[in-house]
Amino acid sequence: MSLTVDGELARSFGLTAEEYDKVLAIMGRTPSLTELGIFSVMWSEHCSYKSSRKHLKTLPTKAPWVIHGPGENAGVIDIGDGLAAVFKMESHNHPSFIEPYQGAATGVGGIMRDVFTMGARPVANLNALRFGDAENVDTRRVVDGVVRGIGGYGNCMGVPTVGGETNFHRAYNGNPLVNAMTVGIAQKDRIFLSAAAGIGNPVVYVGSKTGRDGIHGATMSSAEFDDESSSKRPTVQVGDPFTEKLLVEACLELMATDAVISIQDMGAAGLTSSAVEMASKGEVGIDLELDEVPQREANMLAYEMMLSESQERMLMVLRPDRTEQARKIFEKWELDFAVIGHLSDTGRITVRHKGNVEADIPLGPLADEAPIYDRPALNKEPPAYLTPPADPVGIEKALETLIASPDLASRSWIWNQYDSTVLGQTVKRPGAADAAIVRVEGTSRGLAMTTDCTPRYGQADPYVGGLQAVVEAWRNVTATGAQPLAMTDNLNFGSPENPYIMGQFVQAIKGMGEGGRALDFPIVSGNVSLYNETRSDTGLTSAILPSPVIGAVGVLDDIAQAVGLAMPEEGELLLVGETWGELGQSLWLREICGREEGAPPRINLVAERRNGDFVRQKIRQGAIKACHDVSDGGLLVAIAEMAMASGVGCHLQSHPRELSLHAYWFGEDQARYVIATSHAEKLMEEAEKAGVPIRRLGHIGGSDLRFAYGTRLDVSHLKALNNAFFSRFMGEG
Amino acid sequence: MKAGVVVFPGTNRERDMAHALTLASGQAPKMLWHQEESVDGLDLVIIPGGFSFGDYLRSGAMAAHSPIMTAVRRFAEKGGYILGVCNGFQILTEAQLLPGALLRNAGMRFLSQDCHLKVEGRDSIYTKGWSAGDVFRTPMAHGDGNYTASPEMLDRLEGEGRVAFRYCREDGHVQADDPHINLNGSARAIAGVLSENRRICGMMPHPENLTDPAIGGTDGLPLFKAIVEAFGV
Repeated sequence: MSLTVDGELARSFGLTAEEYDKVLAIMGRTPSLTELGIFSVMWSEHCSYKSSRKHLKTLPTKAPWVIHGPGENAGVIDIGDGLAAVFKMESHNHPSFIEPYQGAATGVGGIMRDVFTMGARPVANLNALRFGDAENVDTRRVVDGVVRGIGGYGNCMGVPTVGGETNFHRAYNGNPLVNAMTVGIAQKDRIFLSAAAGIGNPVVYVGSKTGRDGIHGATMSSAEFDDESSSKRPTVQVGDPFTEKLLVEACLELMATDAVISIQDMGAAGLTSSAVEMASKGEVGIDLELDEVPQREANMLAYEMMLSESQERMLMVLRPDRTEQARKIFEKWELDFAVIGHLSDTGRITVRHKGNVEADIPLGPLADEAPIYDRPALNKEPPAYLTPPADPVGIEKALETLIASPDLASRSWIWNQYDSTVLGQTVKRPGAADAAIVRVEGTSRGLAMTTDCTPRYGQADPYVGGLQAVVEAWRNVTATGAQPLAMTDNLNFGSPENPYIMGQFVQAIKGMGEGGRALDFPIVSGNVSLYNETRSDTGLTSAILPSPVIGAVGVLDDIAQAVGLAMPEEGELLLVGETWGELGQSLWLREICGREEGAPPRINLVAERRNGDFVRQKIRQGAIKACHDVSDGGLLVAIAEMAMASGVGCHLQSHPRELSLHAYWFGEDQARYVIATSHAEKLMEEAEKAGVPIRRLGHIGGSDLRFAYGTRLDVSHLKALNNAFFSRFMGEG
Repeated sequence: MKAGVVVFPGTNRERDMAHALTLASGQAPKMLWHQEESVDGLDLVIIPGGFSFGDYLRSGAMAAHSPIMTAVRRFAEKGGYILGVCNGFQILTEAQLLPGALLRNAGMRFLSQDCHLKVEGRDSIYTKGWSAGDVFRTPMAHGDGNYTASPEMLDRLEGEGRVAFRYCREDGHVQADDPHINLNGSARAIAGVLSENRRICGMMPHPENLTDPAIGGTDGLPLFKAIVEAFGV
């Protein structure tokens, strides 16, 4: 490659003129191609968080149970019994549009590596998926590839995929979101970090060989899409879940010894970012000999090796006297193991290849002088509250339409392609409860996990979008009986260079922070994905809906106390929480009236906490047999979902006089739960004492939803409608 | 009972299997790395599920040539008891210890859901925890579970009572041409088969994942209880 390094090349690598000037100042000379590559990936949005860092700092990240917050490969929280939950969510949006199968698969592979890098065995995968309009011809290709890719990787790894969420909206045409979350379990005193230590200690490369795949993936995911994106297919990495399965077993076997000083997976920006991060965090220098790097292709340049995003690779600093022991473990698992360098006291990263020094950069400035932008942010006036529209179709027809719509249809077509039972610890499988539950092996404890976001709320009011994602995740964990402990976030937005998009980002973070603080629900890890925009032939760009996705983890002391959402055989149905009839930005308004308008529902954090704490306490006391939070589609949809999960119906009482029928049944008021109980009287008394609004919904039984005014909807009929969407959409039915 | 669970690179349900055996017998099985060359002294060898060697060539094809399979073959020749589940079933057919083969699911998609099995096989330790005709629920999780064999072989398996399990509806109704009942399209809805001497059994679904009352139920436990009873604890 005989490229001339200059400002123009720097620009094509994604560096601005000012950033390139900074590079020149740091180096005191024109950088080599390899050096320019290193600066460009380390200073990319993806690696440097240059537009988001200032705002991320405002998020609540601490609590007595937080062991490691943001800054490590994943967040770590104390879950009792000397154990820790290690978790994070990460996006693979751009690759998943270009090549859906590999994009999604390597997203799952990457997030699992982040978790087992810290010494945790991955025990659950979740995902949050947002696809384009179900009517768009390309959406089916993306859905098919993404679902196959997630399953292909997770199933082979033997990590159960237990939960997630899926939305469809035209704003994701050409820019789907694939956010993957992994939760692992580790001994809390055996957490492995990335900070390198010990001058002279060997730097060891393990895992797959390095090829030319994925070069400049980090800069690709920091640019918007255009017609040339499909020609970027070679930059999408190819996943090999079998090798990663070997890698997790080999790493965990090695971590049971005392050989590992520090470890970092090679994710975005590959060897560059792992080497730079380990050395910078440890405040040491690092010397790399690229001739020692296991290579899959011939004649690779230093530049290519440093920027390759080949998957299933790890970098470790080992105790020198344990290196041979480590080598034997990796040989047993038939994985490459190579000492590719040493730690130095120079404070520099030095890269040698074929006898030449290809890069020699001071680490301090590379990290410390990385650009940070305080980008201008503008807010749009949030829409006014909606004047309640009349009901054009009637309650029964509206329910039938809603539960058959893409956003509320049964997701079983998706989750039936994911192994959800492997490891033998899955207490609540996908669809069985508001959060998935897996037992902590060898204990009676359970982890409750969910992912949540309602982008249409965020589009109307980004602050509410951020806040609502937090409270819904908290409710979903609560509705199983678990105590919500911490969150990971995946912030998916358009271009931060557009002040209105930047405004969305800033407001969403404000909302998330406020929710986290009010609910003692810190954010311990996360990922930012910006530039989620597509440019059409006419040159116009369109951004996705602001999508601050929350992944949440909670703990149940005894899994026997967990409840699901399926309607029990008998008892009474109650509603916890107050109903005003919020139809602004509701699915009813969109699906029945064809309008995406109004302000999203108001959120009252005091009510959220009070109602949720009450529900959780009653679940733990055994007073509640089933519980479902009220969210998308409102109260009647929540009741129908409970009925469809078991086939048991309910005889519904009439609605409160002060509300119109459709506002009552389909309003998306927050802080509400539908609960099934055999102790309605007592529960109502206790709720009143606790200041928790509660009302009777009806008597459980029969096989239909029966309204007070006499009409009935057969549960099996609803179920057929609910199940129809995916097979029809995929042309398989 | 001395049981061993074979672990190939890529095996991923060995812990589930060990958990089920421990629940049924009170003792943990021995884990056998694929490079071991002997399985002597064991009562039962279990080949669990997963993606051995990534299933990259063909499911189970590479594992069938692992060093331990030579030992397993010898073990079989001496009349040893072997259970293969999911990838284990695929490996046993690739190793020709069981007849037939497992093709890609008829719907061309991975299937992970509960199914129902009808117990048929006679005189085997794997089926005697139930009565013939009993129906039990069990999870399945596979991409290549579509059982196939020559019509002559299928006739023979049926004639000799060597069809251990068939996919069925909750009420026991078997219908091979109904994709909602015979989910992966297996020939004659066969979910599990027995060797001629009835000591080797292969099956696709995962009874080991329904053995713990805290994890969804114990519908699969009779299989393991019966095995333990056959050999004594």
